[in-house]
Amino acid sequence: MSKPPISRGFFGQRRDDRSDRVPPGQHLTPDFPVLSAGPTPHVDLSNWSFFLADGDRPIAEWRWAEFGTLPQREVTVDIHCVTTWSKLDTAWRGVTVDALLEAAGLGEPPTPYAMIECIGGYTTNVPVEDMIGGKAMVATEFDGRPLSPEHGGPARLLVPHLYFWKSAKWVRGIRFTDEDEPGFWEQLGYHIHGDPWREQRYAGD
Amino acid sequence: MSMNEDADYQPLDGNAAAGLLRELFALEMTQAEVTCGSCGAVGAVGAARLYGGPMGAILRCVNCEAVVVRLVRTPAGLWLEMQGARRLFVRSPG
Amino acid sequence: MPATDAMRRRLTWQIAEVSDVVDETPRTRSLFLNLRGWPGHRPGQHVDIRLTGEDGYQAQRSYSIASAPEAARLAITVERIDGGEVSPYLAGFVEPGDRFELRGPIGGYFVWTAATSEPLFLVAGGSGIVPLMAMLRHREAAASTVPALLIYSSRSIENIIYREEIDRMSADDGGLVVFHTLTRRQPEGWAGGSRRIDREMLKSVGIAPAAMPRIFICGPTPMVETAATALREIGHAPERIRTERFGPTGA
Repeated sequence: MSKPPISRGFFGQRRDDRSDRVPPGQHLTPDFPVLSAGPTPHVDLSNWSFFLADGDRPIAEWRWAEFGTLPQREVTVDIHCVTTWSKLDTAWRGVTVDALLEAAGLGEPPTPYAMIECIGGYTTNVPVEDMIGGKAMVATEFDGRPLSPEHGGPARLLVPHLYFWKSAKWVRGIRFTDEDEPGFWEQLGYHIHGDPWREQRYAGD
Repeated sequence: MSMNEDADYQPLDGNAAAGLLRELFALEMTQAEVTCGSCGAVGAVGAARLYGGPMGAILRCVNCEAVVVRLVRTPAGLWLEMQGARRLFVRSPG
Repeated sequence: MPATDAMRRRLTWQIAEVSDVVDETPRTRSLFLNLRGWPGHRPGQHVDIRLTGEDGYQAQRSYSIASAPEAARLAITVERIDGGEVSPYLAGFVEPGDRFELRGPIGGYFVWTAATSEPLFLVAGGSGIVPLMAMLRHREAAASTVPALLIYSSRSIENIIYREEIDRMSADDGGLVVFHTLTRRQPEGWAGGSRRIDREMLKSVGIAPAAMPRIFICGPTPMVETAATALREIGHAPERIRTERFGPTGA
């Protein structure tokens, strides 16, 4: 099979980033690219709510004002998109999944897996193990300001140790499931887990 | 990349997915008329709103924004999901 | 017909060599390409271009074909987007002799040929003029007498792509009417439009619904959607309106 011709002088934006903070196949970006599977919803905070459910059984629900009274945490993390950009030291504020479980009175998560559900219908699956112990939060602020709609505001899930498609924008709730069921992108060939350090971009990787 | 961070994400349309569709279908698909499974609206694939950027082609109904077609190219192959399309009509050429 | 055969042919990557580059405006450049076995195209279609770097990294973008099918060489026009990955390369670095992969022609929905007898109503925003220019070049090459109208929005006079050629076309051909609107800066004594394309402009300047024109709108998504909605409200049948939304990459 013949190789494609090298385009003289083309380097794209891919730099040979050897930093130990950049997973394999990624390059650093100073920007914050926006990728959406659908139109940006514009949410009235008076209508917003966040739920925890175990299958069909509701466990807890918070409206915006109540959500704001839950313990808040600020984190600075690196994020990695499957489309190969990585962004270091991003600052977020929100409520950890641990705090949500505690506020809901759950000593233990009810199942090992969860489906994240969002306004507009987007879904992604995340094992509970990947959300507890401080690994995930429902973020409402980015870079010291309320999260903009384009980036998932009023609230998005933040699971920075997995590829960023798992950090679902416009999050509505977490539905605990018995099985690890594929969400929106996972149904179409993206990896069920999505660990950037093992380069789990596509199913079978 | 978004030049204005505060601006709403702007979708393209099915014309931009034409190349990807050509990899799968023998016929040119952007002229195909698709019936939305959600609201019943009929429109050309080329006119549907396209989201997903580099992750894949997500075509949505112009009338109700429901997902009509999803197309993802992975190293292993091409995934196509058309649950959101009730039916498709491709007119014969000539 | 050759163009129909092209639609059924397998779409494969081929090598294109740049034979000429022409700066159209400060931000846009046309590339004229040599290709082997190019099957021909219909105005409105586009090509995919793929660049491969030394390390094997690849980037792919789509660009509307700017040239008429009758033209001697295939041409694309690329707008240089600040911070873009591909457009600064194609519209700033590439020289005659450079090669990259290309496949096409692609598309069948956003297409017009002079075999169509209805009046042609074109609405362009910025680099959205490119596929519409292929249509107008084809119309001229085919000596078509179909009445045509172009409403073309640009930021300023220096940013009007193909300005001299468009002005010459409309001066030479009474059947082609062109209305320019400049949205940011207008020169002194400017007689054209000085705002974004809106319903009022489309109604007062455009071809009336009674003439049943074929309408093609191309440009940034907000402009395309505004224009398409307005034209439907004015009374044009939705099936007569075809749209192509451009992203920041120009296609």
